[in-house]
Amino acid sequence: MNGLVILIPSAIGLGLVALFTFLWSLRSGQYDDLKGASERILDDDPPRRG
Amino acid sequence: MSAAGVVPDLGPQAMPAARECEDADGLIALSRAAGTDCRQIEFAVPDAYCVTCINAIEGSLAKLPQVKSARVNLSQRWVRVVFASDGDVLAIPEAIRRSGYRTHALDPVADGQRDGVMSELIRATAVAGFAAGNIMLFSVSVWSGADPTTRDMFHWLSALIAIPAIAYAGRPFFRSAFAALRVGRTNMDVPITIGVLLATALSLYETFTSGAHAYFDASTMLLFFLLVGRSFDHLMRERARGAVANLARLMPRGAHRLLPDGTTAFVAAEAIEPGMALLLRAGERLPVDCRVTSGSGDVDCSIVTGESMAVAVHPGSEIAAGAVNLSGPLTVAALRPASQSFLAQMAELMESAESGRTAHRRIADRAASIYAPVIHLAALATFIGWVVLTADWHTALMNAVAVLIITCPCALALAVPIVQAVAAGRLFRSGIMMRDGTGLERAAKVTDVAFDKTGTLTLGKLRFAGQLSGRADDLALAAALARHSQHPLSRALVAAAPDAPALVATVREVPGEGLEASLVGGGMLRLGSAPFCGGAEGESGGTEVCLGRDGRVIAVFAFEDVIRPDAAEAVASLVAAGRGVEILSGDGASAVARVARRLGIARFAARLSPEAKMARLAEAAREGRAVMMVGDGINDAPALRAATVSMAPASASDIGRSAADFVFMNERLASVPFTLDLARRADRLVLQNLALAIGYNALALPLAVAGHVTPLVAAVAMSSSSILVVANALRLSLGPDLVARPAAADTAATAQPLQGAL
Repeated sequence: MNGLVILIPSAIGLGLVALFTFLWSLRSGQYDDLKGASERILDDDPPRRG
Repeated sequence: MSAAGVVPDLGPQAMPAARECEDADGLIALSRAAGTDCRQIEFAVPDAYCVTCINAIEGSLAKLPQVKSARVNLSQRWVRVVFASDGDVLAIPEAIRRSGYRTHALDPVADGQRDGVMSELIRATAVAGFAAGNIMLFSVSVWSGADPTTRDMFHWLSALIAIPAIAYAGRPFFRSAFAALRVGRTNMDVPITIGVLLATALSLYETFTSGAHAYFDASTMLLFFLLVGRSFDHLMRERARGAVANLARLMPRGAHRLLPDGTTAFVAAEAIEPGMALLLRAGERLPVDCRVTSGSGDVDCSIVTGESMAVAVHPGSEIAAGAVNLSGPLTVAALRPASQSFLAQMAELMESAESGRTAHRRIADRAASIYAPVIHLAALATFIGWVVLTADWHTALMNAVAVLIITCPCALALAVPIVQAVAAGRLFRSGIMMRDGTGLERAAKVTDVAFDKTGTLTLGKLRFAGQLSGRADDLALAAALARHSQHPLSRALVAAAPDAPALVATVREVPGEGLEASLVGGGMLRLGSAPFCGGAEGESGGTEVCLGRDGRVIAVFAFEDVIRPDAAEAVASLVAAGRGVEILSGDGASAVARVARRLGIARFAARLSPEAKMARLAEAAREGRAVMMVGDGINDAPALRAATVSMAPASASDIGRSAADFVFMNERLASVPFTLDLARRADRLVLQNLALAIGYNALALPLAVAGHVTPLVAAVAMSSSSILVVANALRLSLGPDLVARPAAADTAATAQPLQGAL
C-alpha cells in the first residue's frame, strides 16, 4: 500500500506531463507544416528574420 | 523541357487575370490585426513544393520594408505574411509573383473554421487516450484481484480521471447527438452519447456504493477509438471545398467604362447595365457578356468552351463573361447584367447540380439509422426482462448498461473512415487526390465513364499533323515566319521545323488574322486563315493554317490535338472491366469523331453546351446508370457536379479541379480505371468491416443480455473488434501503385500554363 502512494501519483504525473507536452506542441504549431519542416532541414542558410 | 518556353505563356494570360481581382482595400479586408500596427494575411502558393521555393518566396518577401515576417507553409501551400498596417499591401503579391510563383489571397474565414474543428478533435483524442491509458492501469489491478479497499480507492481515482476527460473529449459527440435529437432524428452519435453517459453515471453510483464493477475504462477507451475514427473522417472531408465560392473569386470585380468624353472610369460588375460601352485592355477578363463594337483581336474563351485555342473576334462578335482579351484593346458593349452572365449561370447550374449529388447517403449513416434503434430496443428489453424475472433493479440496470457498452458502435464507427483513409493513402501515392470522402463510395457504383475531349482525352496542346498542299520547303519558310509569334499555332509550327532560322523581314501581327511579312527582295508573305492569305472562305478549318505569297495560297498545314499517351490503354481497360465509355465534348463533330475512332470509343456527342452535358448525365441517371465524368474545363464543371462521381486532371481549370471528387496529378488516364477498381475493393472492405463489427456485436449481445459482461469482457471485446477492422482495412494497401509516367514532368509543365492559368 505504501508503494502505491508514490507509484500512482508518479504514473499519473508522467502521463499528465506527456499530455500537456503534446497539447503544447499542438498549440505552438509544430504539426502545422510537417512537409515544410522536413524540407527546411535541408536549408544551410542562417535563419532569416521572421 | 525548357523553362523559357513556358514563361511567355504565363505572361499574357495568367498574370493579369490573377491581378485584376486585387486591390489594396480588398487585401486589407482579407487580412486581420496581428500585434500593434501590424496585420496578417495568407496567400496561396500552389506551385511551391521544395526548400528552394520556400527560400525564393520568403527571400523576396523579406526584402520588402513593410513585411515583418513571411513564412511558407508547404503542407497547405500558403505563405503567411505579417506586414506593417501603413505599408503597401499590393507589393506583397507582386513580390511573390516576381519570385516566379502564381498566387492569390486566401479567405481567412473559410480556412480558420476548418482548422478549428480538426485541432479540437486531435486535442480530444489526446485527452481520451491519456485517460484510457491511466484508467487501464487501475483496471488491470482491479481485475487481477485487488482487495475491496484498494479496489474502491482505484475506482475513485479512475472516476477522478474519467469524469473531466469524458466531459472534455465527449463534446463532439454530445453536441452532434443533441443537435440530431432536437430535430427529432437520430444518428450514430445518439447511441454513443447515451452509452457513454449511462455507463459513466452507473460507474459513479457503483463507486459511491463500493460496488464491484465500474466501467470508467470502457467509457474512456470507447471515446478514444471513436475519436480516432472521427479524426480520420474529418481529415477526408476537410479537402472538400466549395467550388461555387471559387467561381465567385474568378469573376472580375468590374471593368473600365468608356465615357462619352473619351476617358475611362472603373465601374463595378453589378453596376454594369446592358448597352454600356466598356474598354477591355489586353489581359483583362470580361465581367459580363458583351458584343464587340470596335477593334479586333484574339480572346481566350477556354473558360467557356474548354477549347484552349484563342478565338478571333471582330466588331459584332459576342464574347461570354470570363473570356480574357489576349491582344490589343477592344471596345465592347454589355449585353446582359452581371447577374445573368455566363459565369453567373455556371454558378447557378453548379448549385442546382449539387442537390443531385447529396442524394447519396453515406454507408455509415445508413448503417447507423438501422443500428441505433435496434440496440436501444435490446437494452430496454434486457432491463425489462431482468426486472420481471428477478425484481432486482440494480442488476437489471447493470445489464442494460452492459448491453449499451458492448454494442456501442465503436468498430462500426471505425469501419468506414479507416478504409477511406487507407484508400486515400493509396490514391495519394499514385498521384490521385481524393477531395471528397464520399467520392469513393460513389465511385464503387460506376457503370459508365464519360470523358470530355480537350484537355482530358487529349492534352489540349496542338501539334503539327502534316502538310496538305505546297512544296516541301514551304514548311521551313512558314516556321521561319512563325518564329515571330507566340500564337499556339505558330509555336506548333516552329516545333515541327525547329531548325528554321527566324525570317529576316519586317513582320507584323494582324490580331485575329495571322502574320504578315514584307520580304527584303519585294513581295509579301502571309501566314494565317485562308481568307487572310488570299484563299476562299472555308478552305481551311480551325485546325489548318495557310501560307500565302502575294495574295495566293501556296501551302496548307494541318494541326491536331495530341491524344494523352495512355488514353487508348485506359479506355481499353475500362471496356474490359465491362464499363460503358462515351465522349461528351463541346468541340466540333469531326474533331470528336476523329479522337473517338482513334481510341475505339463508339458513343460520342459533339457540340454540347454545359447544360446539354448535364442533361445527358441526368438521362443516364434516369436509366439507372451511374456515370463518372472526367473533364477539365469550366464548361465541364456543372457536369462534374451532376455526375455520380467526377475526376479532373491536374491541368484542369481551378473550377474544374474543385468541382471534381478526384484530381489526378500523374498525367495518366490510367488513373480512371485504377480509381474505379480501388473504389470497388474499398466498397467490399467497408461491407466486410460492417459485417465484422455487426457480427461481433451479435456474438457479444447474448452475453450482455445474460449478464455475463464484466468490465474486463467489455474492454477486451471492444479493443479486439476495433483492431480487427483496422487490420482488415489495411489489406487495401496491398497491390501495385500506379506510377507516374517518366515524361510526366515534361507534359505537366507544358500543358499546365495553357489551362491551369485560368
